[in-house]
Amino acid sequence: MKSAAPPLSGKPRLTTSAMIASIAGEGQKTRPAPFGHALVDVAKSRPDVLGMTADLGKYTDLHIFGQAFPDRYYQMGMAEQLLFGAASGLAAEGFTPFATTYAVFATRRAYDFIHQTIAEEDRNVKIVCALPGLTSGYGPSHQAAEDLALMRAMPNMTVIDPCDAHEIEQVVPAIAAHRGPVYMRLLRGQVPVVLDDYGYTFELGKAKTLRDGNDVLVISSGLMTMRALESAKALEADRIDVSVLHVPTIKPLDTETILREAGKPGRLVVVAENHTVVGGLGEAVAGLLMRSGVHPAFRQIGLPDEFLAAGALPTLHDRYGISTTAIVFRIKEWLSR
Amino acid sequence: MATSKGHNRELAERAYRVRRNAVLMGEVQGQGYIAQALDIADVLATAYFHAMRYRPDDPTWEGRDRFLLSNGHYAIALYAALIEAGIIPREELETYGSDESRLPMSGMASYTPGMEMSGGSLGVGMSIAVGMALGLKRKKSDSRVYILFSDGELDEGSVWEALMSAAHYKLDNIVAIVDVNNQQADGPSTQVMAFEPLVQKLEAFGWFVQRIDGNDLDAVVVAFDAAKDHPEPKPRIIVADTLMGKGVPFLEVREKNHFIRVDAHEWQLALAALDEGRLA
Repeated sequence: MKSAAPPLSGKPRLTTSAMIASIAGEGQKTRPAPFGHALVDVAKSRPDVLGMTADLGKYTDLHIFGQAFPDRYYQMGMAEQLLFGAASGLAAEGFTPFATTYAVFATRRAYDFIHQTIAEEDRNVKIVCALPGLTSGYGPSHQAAEDLALMRAMPNMTVIDPCDAHEIEQVVPAIAAHRGPVYMRLLRGQVPVVLDDYGYTFELGKAKTLRDGNDVLVISSGLMTMRALESAKALEADRIDVSVLHVPTIKPLDTETILREAGKPGRLVVVAENHTVVGGLGEAVAGLLMRSGVHPAFRQIGLPDEFLAAGALPTLHDRYGISTTAIVFRIKEWLSR
Repeated sequence: MATSKGHNRELAERAYRVRRNAVLMGEVQGQGYIAQALDIADVLATAYFHAMRYRPDDPTWEGRDRFLLSNGHYAIALYAALIEAGIIPREELETYGSDESRLPMSGMASYTPGMEMSGGSLGVGMSIAVGMALGLKRKKSDSRVYILFSDGELDEGSVWEALMSAAHYKLDNIVAIVDVNNQQADGPSTQVMAFEPLVQKLEAFGWFVQRIDGNDLDAVVVAFDAAKDHPEPKPRIIVADTLMGKGVPFLEVREKNHFIRVDAHEWQLALAALDEGRLA
């Protein structure tokens, strides 16, 4: 059992970030429900595209699709195993279901159903999951710290971790056009818009350099790319020159680009991910570098291998080292050694 | 087709040949879920030679009725029926369960023509059936989804999720068959987990339920016909009580096991027993 919280010292204590907490920083530019709107756009010309959920339509922005196409929207009840089995059946009949729930319920509760009825049968199902990694302060029941590890271990599965609204809007048509099962991490609600400032376009399977730098190479995915870019800006003040390589497709990994970038001499390579340090992008990159004989100085930023605490996201991101402040601190520390 | 006893000779002959095919495959491997294959042969014969619509030379024909084998270990029985139906070439019988064969011990969609899903992990088939049935309705197809699963699978919560949703969506294009042979891995199914009273449970879940002797061909035919013709917009399920080893008397009385022991010399004896039953 945890010990009692220390008494308040004037500063207001933050409250729990539950299911609809935004990851947007104060004053950050955002767009609402980018996934829902992008799916509606795709579905206008693709009658095979369907929406399915397990009692989390409103919490995965799929309700936008449901309002636009009520007869193409399937409520499967709070039953994730049914959700993915039925999605497999619809895909077998030629449809392209986008099935949504929280990342924990897809990857942990329904893993065998996704494995057997979707991946093994190579069904054209798109699994789109909110609350990936540490994006809820509700506690381990809703914190999918290991979702990428589980999904990238599954043959046939394409795994995508988009950074922001700009990218989500491009990922949705790309995975609809791609034939085969896909797991996509979802940011929902008011989602920050960041990558449009970098002239970025998403390509399935491609890692892209968002900024170049001579001292540190940060390899990141998902919302950690946002944090990496903020950290890189902050580190300019210390004359630390940071390159950011964004890797939205976790599987199949863009090995060519990663090896080329990590192979450039003289840079500390840091992989930053909103995921446990076990089995995610960090270990995927580490394994690739080892197998390829590329041996830069290498560090990992990620969630610890422990059950994470409940609380407010800013507090938790600081505590577990994935906030911008924490990243800046760690990189300076590593470089000063 | 007439359904009174004696008029189903053609179907009885089909059931005999399904059993025979299964025993021949068991002999190839020297093992197999042969007792289950023998108990379900009458149901499969009725499905493939009375109820279902399909084209043997085009197993993915859009207008076919779908047959889902949720209990993948019954693959030996389904292969036997698919061979008899001309969907799998008879020569492949010799390859059953061997390396490189299209007929693995556990049924998988990626291996075998006519196999619509990958079983093995028990309890997943009914959810796939729900999705297929929804898909067929979207396409305004009049094809049906037949799904076979086993009484042991009733222990899996996911089966009940799917049963509930099939009634919710009024999927009257599903015809489920549950094989109640009262045997699962750890013993008699009713002792492993009390699933009775099954008819009342399924009715409470919103299904049109019939309970029959699954080894009485006439009863099986009547039940399949009624499942087609029933007017209510409900999914349909046939609870088929069956006898493991049916048709081979010395296997019918053998100590009941999920994976029944058959000695090398007994495969030929089993074939002889089937032939005897056929003449009778």
